[in-house]
This record gives sequence, C-alpha cells and structure tokens, in this order.
Amino acid sequence: MAEALLRIEGLTKHFGGVVASDGISLAVPPGELHALIGPNGAGKTTLIGQLSGEIVPDAGRIRFEGRDITALPIYRRSALGLARSFQITSLFLDFTVLDNVALAVQAHDGHSFRFWRDAREETRLREPARAALARVGLADRSDVVVANLSHGEHRQLEIAMALATSPRMLLLDEPMAGMGPEESARMVKTLGELKQELTILLIEHDMEAVFALADRISVMVYGRVIASDFPDKIRANAEVRQAYLGERETAGGHA
Amino acid sequence: MNVSLDWRNIAVIVVLAVLVALPLYVAVTGDRFMLTLFTRIIILALAAMSLNLILGYGGMMSLGHAAYLGIGGYAVGILAHDGITSGFVQWPIVIAVSALFALVVGSMCLRTRGVYFIMLTLAFAQMAYYIVAGLARYGGDDGLTIYKRSQFAGLIDLSNKVQFYYLCLAFLFGGLYLSRRLINSRFGMVIQGSRSNDRRMQAIGFPTFRYRLAGFVIAGTMCGLAGALLANHTEFVSPAMMYWTRSVDLMVMVILGGMGSLFGPLFGAIALLVFEEALSQVTEYWQIILGPLLLLVVLFARGGIAGLLTSGRHG
Ligand SMILES: Nc1ncnc2c1ncn2[C@@H]1O[C@H](COP(=O)(O)OP(=O)(O)OP(=O)(O)O)[C@@H](O)[C@H]1O
Ligand SMILES: [Mg+2]
Repeated sequence: MAEALLRIEGLTKHFGGVVASDGISLAVPPGELHALIGPNGAGKTTLIGQLSGEIVPDAGRIRFEGRDITALPIYRRSALGLARSFQITSLFLDFTVLDNVALAVQAHDGHSFRFWRDAREETRLREPARAALARVGLADRSDVVVANLSHGEHRQLEIAMALATSPRMLLLDEPMAGMGPEESARMVKTLGELKQELTILLIEHDMEAVFALADRISVMVYGRVIASDFPDKIRANAEVRQAYLGERETAGGHA
Repeated sequence: MNVSLDWRNIAVIVVLAVLVALPLYVAVTGDRFMLTLFTRIIILALAAMSLNLILGYGGMMSLGHAAYLGIGGYAVGILAHDGITSGFVQWPIVIAVSALFALVVGSMCLRTRGVYFIMLTLAFAQMAYYIVAGLARYGGDDGLTIYKRSQFAGLIDLSNKVQFYYLCLAFLFGGLYLSRRLINSRFGMVIQGSRSNDRRMQAIGFPTFRYRLAGFVIAGTMCGLAGALLANHTEFVSPAMMYWTRSVDLMVMVILGGMGSLFGPLFGAIALLVFEEALSQVTEYWQIILGPLLLLVVLFARGGIAGLLTSGRHG
C-alpha cells in the first residue's frame, strides 16, 4: 500500500470507566473515501475529536502526511489540511451563510491582525466562500442569517465550512444525520463529487450511502476497530453482521 | 456607508448634533452644570464603548473594566503629583500602562470562560484597587488631587472647559470611528466569530486566544485613555473610581444601550447618567428604581435602547 495520508497507531482514550478509543490503528491512503461505521457510543466522534485536536488521547500516535501531529493544537492541524465537520451542527448562527464560510476562508489566508479594511468587501474572501457554497448547493442562500436555515441546509453548510479551508482531508461526522431522503440523496451526490479530489473519513449511519460511497469501511464497536476492509468483505463479515449490520437493519433509520 | 433614515439613525444624528452644539447652549444660558455633566457622559461613553468591544462584540464578560479608568487616571495623577504635567509624557504612559495591565490580566483570564472569567477579571480589578488604596504617598484611600491638568505645550488648554469638552468629544468620535473599522475588519470578524462559536473558530483554523487577547488589550487601552480624561475632568483620582461597582456601571451602560451595537454605549451612558441625575434630585433611593428598569431591559429588550430604535435587524 502507498504511504498513508492519515495513519493512526494505538490510539487510546478513556472517559472515566468508559474506553472510548481502545488502541485504534487505522491507515487511510490518499484519495480514499474511508467510511467508519459502528453503533451509537462506539467512539466514532471521539476518534474524530482526537484527529482534529479537540480531544487529547491518553496514548497512541496520529500521523498526517507522515508527520506526527499528535501534539499539535487544533488550528495547526487545520492549517496542514485536516478539516472536520460536526455531528451536532456547529455554526455561527448569528452570521449570514456567506459570512460563515468567508471566515473559514479567512482562517487560511494569513493572519487576521488586520484592523482596517472591511472584511465583507474583500473579494479574495467572498469569492472562494461563494464557490464552496455553490459546491454544496447553498449558493442562493448566501445572505440568509444561519439561524433561519433549515436543518438540512445547516448540514450542507457544515460541509461548505470544512471545504472552504481548502483541506487535503475531510473528517465528516454523520453529514446526513436528520436529513430527509431527498436531502440525503443530494448529499451523497455532493460527497461523490468531493471524493474525486479529497481524501475523506466518513462517519455515517446511513448504510445505503456508506456502501454507495466507500472505498473501504472500518467497523467500530466499544472503542475498538473490529474490521477494516472493502465494502463487499465487510458485508460478508459474520462478526460485523452480528455486532452491527443485523442490528441496524431491524433498528431502522438513525435520528 | 449605507444610511437609511430609520429611527436609530435619526436618534444617532440628533444625539451627535446635540453633543456638538451643547457648548453653544451653555454659552447662551450660562448653564455650566450641563457642560460638566455632558463632559462626564462623553468620557464614560468612551469607557463603555471600549467595554462594548470585548463584551458586546467579543463576548468577554469583564467585570473589572473600571480598573482601566483608575489606571489611566492614576497615571495622570501620580505623574502630575511628581511634577510631570506634560500630556506628551503622561498620555503615552497612560497607554503603555493600561495596555500592559490588560495584557497581563487578559493572558490569564482569557484561558477561562463564563463565570470563571467574570470572577478573575473582578479579582484582578480589586487587586489593582487595593494596591492603589495602599499608595500612601499618593493619598491612599483618600485619593489624590490634581492641581494641574495635562499640558499640551499651548496647543490646547484643558483647563478651558469648552476646549476640554471638545477634546473629549473628539475622542468619542475617534473611538466610534475606530470601533466601526475594527468591528468590520478581519480582526473584528474573528472576535465576533469567537463570541458566536469559539469551538468552530478553532476547528476552521483560528488560534482564537491571541485575537481575543489583542481585543482585550485594545479595549483596556481605550478605557485607560478615558481614565486620563476623567482624571483631568474631576481634577481628582481616588481608588473609588476603580471599585467593582464602577465596573458594573459601565456594564449597565453597555447592556442598557445595546450590546454589540456601535452607538449603544453612548445611548446607555446618556440614559444612565441623565436618569441618575434626574432621579437623585427626587430621591436618594434612585438605584431602587434603576434595578427593576434594567431587569425589564434584559427581559424584554435584549438589544437595549439601540435595539428598540431599530425595526428589524441591525447591520
Ligand atoms: N466528553 C466525554 N466525557 C465522558 N464520556 C464521553 C465523552 N465523550 C464521549 N463519551 C463517551 O464515550 C463513548 C463514545 O462516544 P462517541 O460520542 O465517540 O460515540 P459515537 O460513536 O460518536 O456515537 P454516536 O453514533 O451516537 O454519535 C460513549 O460511551 C460516550 O458516552
Ligand atoms: Mg458521534
């Protein structure tokens, strides 16, 4: 296998008695869309938190482009090209849609100790922001205050924000959570396009979407990766079926 | 600039016109008291405006902002006491000392959030209060009289009440203009983004701490200058001017006038001080009336006076 873009080695995280990450090792080569599935509470979001730098692991290493980023602060990882989206929408609710995305552009356009020029009139912030909005289908909503968007639009904006940081790799935490079927279909299409140019780690409960998009799938249960393989192998894996897939087929959709 | 004639713009224009014309009115009527009152209002509006930068736009709930009034005031008072009355020496020192204090306080307090931040800023301000109260050489608890206002080599005479009034007004206008630029700049966007959702700010790649700290220092410095003006105005400084209740006063002006609104603190300062003046003539228990009024503002008029004057969203 080619040199991995993201390599996780023995990542471990305890929350009191709960082992949220139990020696996770995982490698994602460049260009891959790697799906991470597993039941509620398996530790998927905790893993993303450690990759983005919000959560400090108890043990283990994270390498990005061969470089050890385990101890880097959040903003430095973003600067290296790691961008995350949030399972629970996390936006600037009192800003307009365009202002939200323009901030993400600004974060990667040098320092912000600029006190004079009107940031809303800078085309070098506004244009890339508009482009990111167009990619997720929010172009015509730029001037709406985010608090007034629908849930589905919030989810689209989540992706646009991550995209606007011009990342090398996206960490997407349940981008389709709470979406209706039409919105989900749109999102699958968007992700399919992004997959052409970016490496993606995708957490998702929607199995149809996962099997449609993923190059490889890892399955997490109780903080451990119990399987990591191609989609058809995962589908056939007895342990996975027992631990997860069968259970979800009867459980239905995820809220 | 996109000026439409809604109620707030009308109010702003009227208020600014009244402030500019006030000395004329005083010259005609001989009502010197109005000049004194409005000089004070303008100075405290400047202080409240500086607090609004971090509180309203940055979401930093500082309960120690009056410390900068005191630091600016004492820098002038102490230097004057020791015979250094040149404003060209005094005022740069005011700027340096208040910026430094803000840097130290901010770099510790901004690592915390919410109640801890409030309590820490309060603690630092009270520390400054007790240090100043302990300066026996400079009057201690009793304060320090300033016998000579800051000298500017004859360029402007601060002892002339009208000239001093216009100097304060120039500071206010300058402060308003600077705030406006600042708020809409890249820096301002970061400060506001960090108030709105600091977690996301970091996730998209901002090291927010340093920007918040810079905002904290800018606000502290601006308030230090207001303190230097206040000391020249009252010709007296005492620890009381940095007591925590003074910080509450500034906060009340900001909240009453409208947090995160450019002209809000000016409206708030005028409302509070005129109200205080009028009511204190009627009853010495005026604060009992102010309390419930503030409660009403917080409960029913989140945007304060500036918010009430605007129909729809501010921009
Ligand atoms: N900050 C925290 N403090 C304590 N326990 C936590 C914390 N964050 C997560 N946990 C626990 O760690 C475990 C993993 O949680 P995590 O949110 O990572 O799961 P998940 O796989 O993302 O679940 P879901 O599918 O519901 O989003 C859970 O048992 C959770 O309760
Ligand atoms: Mg999760």
